[in-house]
Amino acid sequence: MRHRLISISLFLCLAVLPPIAYALDDPFWITIATRMLIYGLAAMSLDFILGYGAMVSFGHAAFFGLGAYVVGVLTHHQFYDEIIPFLPFDWTGSVSALVQWPLAMLVAGLIALVIGALSLRTQGVYFIMITLAFAQMLYFFMIGLPDYGGEDGLNLWTRSEIWGLDLSESSQFYYVVLVLVGCWFLLSSRMVKSRFGRVLIGCQQNEPRMQTLGYPVMRYKLTAFVISAMGTGLAGALAANQNEFVSPSLMAWTTSGELMVMVILGGMGTLLGPLFGAFLLLSLEEVLAGWTEHWMVILGPILVLSVLFARGGLYRFLVGKRDAK
Amino acid sequence: MLFLEQLLNGVQLGMMLFLMAAGLTLIFGIMHLINLAHGSLYMVGAYVTATVSLASDSFALGLVGGCLATAACGVLIEMLAMRHLYHRDHLDQVLATFGIILTANEATKMIFGPQALFLNPPAWLSTTVNILPETPYPAYRLFVIVAGIVVALFLRHLITHTRIGMLIRAGATHREMVTALGFNISLLFTLVFALGAALAGLAGGLAGPLLAIEVGMGEQILILTFVVIIIGGIGSVKGALVAGLLVGVVDTLSRAFLPTVLKTTLPAASADALAGSVSSMAIYILMAVVLVVRPQGLYNAYGT
Amino acid sequence: MRVSPFIRQALAMTALCVSVQVLAEPAKIGMITTLSGGGASLGIDIRDGFELAVKERNGQLGGIDVEMMIVDDGRKVDNAKQIATRMVERDQVDVMTGIVWSNLAMAVIPGVTADGTIYISPNAGPSLLAGKRCHPNYFNVAWQNDNLHEAMGQFVSDQGYQNVYLMAPNYPAGKDALAGFKRFYQGDIAGEVYTKLGQVDYAAEIANLRAASPDAVFFFLPGGMGINFTKQYSQAGLKASIPLFGPAFSFDEGILKAVGDAALGTMNTSQYSHDLDNPANREFAAKFMETYGRKPSLYASQGYDTALLLDSAFQVVGADFKDTEKLRRALAKAEFASVRGEFRFGNNQHPIQSIYVREVIRDGDTVTNQLKGTVFTNHQDAYAAECQMK
Repeated sequence: MRHRLISISLFLCLAVLPPIAYALDDPFWITIATRMLIYGLAAMSLDFILGYGAMVSFGHAAFFGLGAYVVGVLTHHQFYDEIIPFLPFDWTGSVSALVQWPLAMLVAGLIALVIGALSLRTQGVYFIMITLAFAQMLYFFMIGLPDYGGEDGLNLWTRSEIWGLDLSESSQFYYVVLVLVGCWFLLSSRMVKSRFGRVLIGCQQNEPRMQTLGYPVMRYKLTAFVISAMGTGLAGALAANQNEFVSPSLMAWTTSGELMVMVILGGMGTLLGPLFGAFLLLSLEEVLAGWTEHWMVILGPILVLSVLFARGGLYRFLVGKRDAK
Repeated sequence: MLFLEQLLNGVQLGMMLFLMAAGLTLIFGIMHLINLAHGSLYMVGAYVTATVSLASDSFALGLVGGCLATAACGVLIEMLAMRHLYHRDHLDQVLATFGIILTANEATKMIFGPQALFLNPPAWLSTTVNILPETPYPAYRLFVIVAGIVVALFLRHLITHTRIGMLIRAGATHREMVTALGFNISLLFTLVFALGAALAGLAGGLAGPLLAIEVGMGEQILILTFVVIIIGGIGSVKGALVAGLLVGVVDTLSRAFLPTVLKTTLPAASADALAGSVSSMAIYILMAVVLVVRPQGLYNAYGT
Repeated sequence: MRVSPFIRQALAMTALCVSVQVLAEPAKIGMITTLSGGGASLGIDIRDGFELAVKERNGQLGGIDVEMMIVDDGRKVDNAKQIATRMVERDQVDVMTGIVWSNLAMAVIPGVTADGTIYISPNAGPSLLAGKRCHPNYFNVAWQNDNLHEAMGQFVSDQGYQNVYLMAPNYPAGKDALAGFKRFYQGDIAGEVYTKLGQVDYAAEIANLRAASPDAVFFFLPGGMGINFTKQYSQAGLKASIPLFGPAFSFDEGILKAVGDAALGTMNTSQYSHDLDNPANREFAAKFMETYGRKPSLYASQGYDTALLLDSAFQVVGADFKDTEKLRRALAKAEFASVRGEFRFGNNQHPIQSIYVREVIRDGDTVTNQLKGTVFTNHQDAYAAECQMK
């Protein structure tokens, strides 16, 4: 099956990237590829609800930023040996990835639970707008917190630590990210093919029918929303590590827009598509920017044309289908 | 009186938002099109108004030029891209109009350069007016408020007392019927889009003397505009006016008075930062509350 | 200009094939500055000043060929961070410079200097980097953020004002500004307001200001912010009753061009003015006017001085410019003819210099700054003692 072939060859290529980059004496490619994988993970998580559940969340950047800030705050407190103020117990933070990253996912998931419970009561364009509203609220909230840098952001003085590895070394970090993305992809594929996934797709096609069949639609959608947020939160945690910097702009609505662009360009409802979408968008940025300062004037029409003509996204094109589903 | 001055500031901001929101709500309400490029039209209006004003030394000419140029751009975009998007789902519309934003921003940078442009209001408006004895207020801001009122009256007349207005109202709710009755719905859509664009261009032109004219100025006001039309009700111009004023006043008053309140307990820099962030959040909290309580907004499309 | 990796590799191949005599490798200078948006005029001035010096020396500094990589950060912290990472990792620059805004500086400089790259600031001088977090790889050719504001605090006190209203943007330089002013000003404070960085509409702040009835206003609003504020202040009818004071940043040549008469009569403090009377400046001001068609602002002079500093250092180290330690020591000596006259570094590698006061006057058909007097001589910043370097 073409899907299998493409996904396996993709991950194989990604696996051998670092040695090739070193052979070409241009290790910067590893940094770029890591960035693409991280955004790809966020986009993949978004696709889970966008492509399969028809929940167009324009506020997913909030979870991305939250994951990043969890890592940022914990690292900051650990480095300065200060107690985190708003917790009921004394804790000076941690730089251990095994603490930070699951916590990032947990925080993103919890906030998603709250946002989802409120937002999923609306439909269509109102859902889009209310998710946007919540993301903006979080964005302005983080800006107003002077202790964590506010609008200027927070520097991370060290990356997360995993026993036995050195994440400040770019190829080691790259492989960790690759493994995580691979795991998340496998997990998502499983979920989509499972009963849970089928119900979700059913909701996308005809929600009243699912309700009549007796499924607690709201609960399924909320669960999917939370899982999607957790994946995005993990991506945020990895992004914080890569940049060694977090700032509220990670939560800006333009970031949500970029994630959506990646999903649509790559092909929504395909899981692997958004990964391609991230690769495409970010590599366009890198390559075009090298040619001309005004690369966006080329990217803009490409986006418009791809929407008008290449329905279904890049992935479906590779696999051989023309239209979405 | 400080409160009166700040209230007027809020009304002035509200009027600008109304001009933007009126156009966007018409486009959204009638064509069901999410148009992210509305902010770019605002930017075009600002740039053209500034260029024409500086070249011809007449602000009035600049405004007219700005409106016309933006309407023309609107027609162009509508025919090239929007037409194909009406029957597509919102996601595609978001992506396509997002692409238009990128193109417009970069093209503007290429034509006008990356630096910001600065425009002064015409001399006869560069003074203050005493709205009450001993209470001066910048004349130009009053002009913006007056302009907003004029446009509001014009739109009300257009929608309720003219044929075109009737077609607009009908097209919003019964598109197929209008086509079946023999009207050229596609021409109607183009006209509505052009009208929306002209309003955005006017907002941009009026903003020119107040704010810096720079690439990306559209994005900042775009998101506020979306908030306004959601609160006001999609498709309702009256809603755009009421919600615009509401958002403008809430935003300005909170920015004006919250810092003073917070400075009683916090150091100055933190108080200002927190006040800025809370007042920014306030509008979104307002929108979220409206969405949860009354999702269709304050007014129905063309409801009374 | 960024050179894409593909082109670089192609060039490298060609060079190998055409086995020519190996030419001396150029020094790569990475300049991250603000070239777009409301704050663009500052970055453009810095770049133009720097490039003028390089042009005068036929593309060299100190006898070494120089390759400039100039990238726009758009006043966005994330952009600056990413560009800096690229410059260090991919382009492997030898020296970095250019950042205008202190918040961007705080995000970029600590990482870059810790990684071993020398950074010379032509503008931003946050207090943390002058004091507690000073670093041997970090030099500042302009000033420490507080300096010009300290001078104005002194001046305003000397002039007898007792009740001053303060305004600055809410970012590191803004906080430094008001801290510096308050350090030397002795009267009362009618109000202390921090606006949003990049804010364009000051109606609310001006209304509050009017209600507070101060006898003077001290404001720090660089670039587009200053233009908007001064215009709106004048439109509100306050210019005649409540005089405006500020550092040169609030009234630089670029701002004056846009604001015009609305700024006449205001006073500002600066370490540089285009009419400073010394041979280096006379020549610089004339050349700058000839090349770019405008009078040099303090930002332009800072960019120029940065290039001159590098020029003097490269002359000492020659082809060894890749030796960071050697280059550092040469830079610290600062043996060059600065356009502001006397120039030397303190222990924290920030300047010890004179600060002047200027008035905005009409000169024919332009509005410009005129030197009026000296406020401080041999002024050092207040954080030098906290710096543990050397």
